[in-house]
Amino acid sequence: MSTFGSKRIVVGAHYGLRDWLAQRVTAVLMALFTIVLLAQVLMPGALGYDRWAAIFSQQWMKVITFVTILAFAYHAWVGMRDIWMDYVKPVGVRLTLQVFTLVWLVGCAGWAIQVLWRL
Amino acid sequence: MTDSAKTRPVYTNIHVTQIVSYRLPPAGIVSILHRISGLLMFLLLPFVVWMLDNSLSSEISFDAFTNVFVAGAGGIPGWFVKLLALGLIWGYLFHFIAGVRHLWMDATHSVSKAQGHSSAIVTLVLSTLLTLLLGAKLFGLY
Repeated sequence: MSTFGSKRIVVGAHYGLRDWLAQRVTAVLMALFTIVLLAQVLMPGALGYDRWAAIFSQQWMKVITFVTILAFAYHAWVGMRDIWMDYVKPVGVRLTLQVFTLVWLVGCAGWAIQVLWRL
Repeated sequence: MTDSAKTRPVYTNIHVTQIVSYRLPPAGIVSILHRISGLLMFLLLPFVVWMLDNSLSSEISFDAFTNVFVAGAGGIPGWFVKLLALGLIWGYLFHFIAGVRHLWMDATHSVSKAQGHSSAIVTLVLSTLLTLLLGAKLFGLY
């Protein structure tokens, strides 16, 4: 089965393994980020603005948060495209929803990254 | 053939109105809820980034962020904002646990019917308990 060139198969997702693996790798990255964040949040003491902002103002935390945002966007793209492919059959509607998904994800990712590096 | 087998519909295109008559096993319930929780978090994404923005940007915006759960904002009452947050909490916990279940099955090739059944029940029970626990905290019950 070819995924490139003039003989490529152009139905479905046609990237099978790549997206399957990407969804799992990005999931693991997000799960690890969750543990790292929880470990800092659950430290003793009240969680006010100062401590919350201090967590995210560390450079290494910004870097792993940035990576997690990208992992999230890719993960959600694969999942949402699966949903549209399974339930929405008219090509025009499906394409519209897929474009909406990309705009939604890229927009939110950009906003989150801006928040991060403004801190 | 039994009577029920004879009257079973032969077409496999399930219409949305037929869904209620299908009885899913626990693994099937986990599967569809995995999707629904993912979709829910996707749709609530701007709310998540709004919370990140306001909680981090300044002390003033942090106060606005905490106040929204009490007083609401833009005509949306505080209890509804808490309900949205509860939806996110459930979505995250469920998606996380169901995802770990998937990774576990991939890594160990543990794909027997019995294991799928028991791990699905663990997913349902654990995510519900944790959601109740955090939800009670969110609504100030303890």
